[in-house]
Amino acid sequence: MDVVTNAVPRGTAAPDESVGMSYLDRLPRRVVVVYLPLAVFTFVLLFPFYWMTVTALKPNHEMTDFNNYSPFWPSSPTLQHIYYLLFETSYPGWLWNTMLVALGSTILSLAASVFAAYAIERVRFAGSRWTGLAIFLAYLVPPSILFIPLAVMTFKFGIYDSKLALIFTYPTFLIPFCTWLLMGYFRSIPYELEECALVDGASRWQILTKIMLPLSVPGLISAGIFAFTLSWNEFIYALTFIQSSENKTVPVGVLTELVRGDVYEWGALMAGALLGSLPVVLLYSFFVDYYVASMTGAVKE
Amino acid sequence: MADAAVQDRVLLPPEPKASLLQSRGMVGFLFMLPALAFLLIFLTYPLGLGVWLGFTDTRIGRDGVWIGLENYQLLWDDSLFWLSVFNTLLYTITASILKFALGLWLALILNEHLPFKSFFRAVLLLPWVVPTVLSAIAFWWIYDSQFSVISWGMIELGIIDMPINFLGDMENARASVIAANVWRGIPFVAITLLAGLQTISPSLHEAATLDGATGWQRFRYITLPMLSPLIAVVMTFSVLFTFTDFQLIYVLTRGGPLNATHLMATLSFQRAIPGGQLGEGAAIAVAMIPFLLAAILFSYFGLQRRKWQQGGAD
Repeated sequence: MDVVTNAVPRGTAAPDESVGMSYLDRLPRRVVVVYLPLAVFTFVLLFPFYWMTVTALKPNHEMTDFNNYSPFWPSSPTLQHIYYLLFETSYPGWLWNTMLVALGSTILSLAASVFAAYAIERVRFAGSRWTGLAIFLAYLVPPSILFIPLAVMTFKFGIYDSKLALIFTYPTFLIPFCTWLLMGYFRSIPYELEECALVDGASRWQILTKIMLPLSVPGLISAGIFAFTLSWNEFIYALTFIQSSENKTVPVGVLTELVRGDVYEWGALMAGALLGSLPVVLLYSFFVDYYVASMTGAVKE
Repeated sequence: MADAAVQDRVLLPPEPKASLLQSRGMVGFLFMLPALAFLLIFLTYPLGLGVWLGFTDTRIGRDGVWIGLENYQLLWDDSLFWLSVFNTLLYTITASILKFALGLWLALILNEHLPFKSFFRAVLLLPWVVPTVLSAIAFWWIYDSQFSVISWGMIELGIIDMPINFLGDMENARASVIAANVWRGIPFVAITLLAGLQTISPSLHEAATLDGATGWQRFRYITLPMLSPLIAVVMTFSVLFTFTDFQLIYVLTRGGPLNATHLMATLSFQRAIPGGQLGEGAAIAVAMIPFLLAAILFSYFGLQRRKWQQGGAD
């Protein structure tokens, strides 16, 4: 490596290798090839959020009257939809339910996954490779083919129409995902650390809690955030297993309770969609890198 | 892996007084127990139960009896079922191709040296982060038959003179749900492929340019082959989740108009939960499994090829 860089005459080497050869492109070409498509992509991908926000803030008479009021800006912004949502519907309860369910299933899945990932990756018992493969396959089983038998089961267990039904069924897709992610993370921790501890007489439990877990905090955060987002966004189980309004989660509640007959309360619907997205978006904005790491990690491993 | 096993044997000589708790298998089993118990009860068992339900006439509130292949015979003669299979394949194939093409394009753009790159990367992932149902509600409003902002914009520009009936017309409805699905899927494809693009060394491109390769040749003979293992995996995930999609359709059209957008997942839900025919719904869900298996096998061979390419044994 050094030899190669030394061979390049001084002053001509690109200061930053990530720049690659883009300095060869002329500006007009870059505008057409890079900036213009990027602007279009950004506009299309973000427009629905903008439209959601604007609609949530418009009073009802402005919402459908594009000729007398600018459609792209609320001329007299109002909080009436948000007020209606928070004080005249069960929305706060749905938020609370979603939070409880997401936290409960995330904690449950993380705990089970840490042990499983450690066992597969480091204890290396007979058949651990096949278990790893089985975990990966379990991740590929979609909720759309499980919801009918699970509905039958939750009914038989007597937890139908309760938050427990969701807390127990969400780990079906969270545990495989978290285990897979943590396996990749544990693999990156040097084996030598563990060997030293084994030589010093530490038990497996001590190695896991005193060495592996403190070192894998970033991996745990990635898995936790992703699991929380997945359970916050889950829809088909929540739609199938929950009947009563007070147990619904935000996605189900907004869709089934805010749409009454033919009168769509667009303002309230948009406000509900916006507020329901806010927690995951906030979480995401604080931990973007962890989130991207878990998303790409799950695919790359 | 073989090395690790040898090392372990050196480090952990089998002690004569080794108790059961120190044996590898036992420790492994105990650590696996919580996850294993969960997955067996809530994943493996329901999978089997689902297959069994497909052979029964179970309804909501009534245990069914074994009726053999009757559900499948009914489905075989059910034109709505075949329409849903067609719709699902159309939806999956069209949406996946568009997601792949646009996602790869976006990934290539984001791989350029850009100002505020990490900001763009973070913001463009938003459609994937936000709950699908909630963004689908936004699309529902955008696709409104009277007050759609797209129709309004196009009328203002003089392209059309009547609002487009996005979700009321068969062809339009299909195109609209595919567009919404693509909108949500592009960021996932783009960001994961971007992670792969960043591992390709720029020196390869520099060497190719010195040899006189054009931009297209560099893309075709360097970028694409280096990326293809990752593409295989990403697209398998994408195909799998598009094929079993439920939320978007349920919000936007519930299968209508004239069942033009009914997917197998939504048909299964409609027959099983509002319709009460759990057995028939389960049979439709089971009919999805062969397609999913094909996708998973594809993924498996994609992964194998990648390991082989890297020269790794494990």
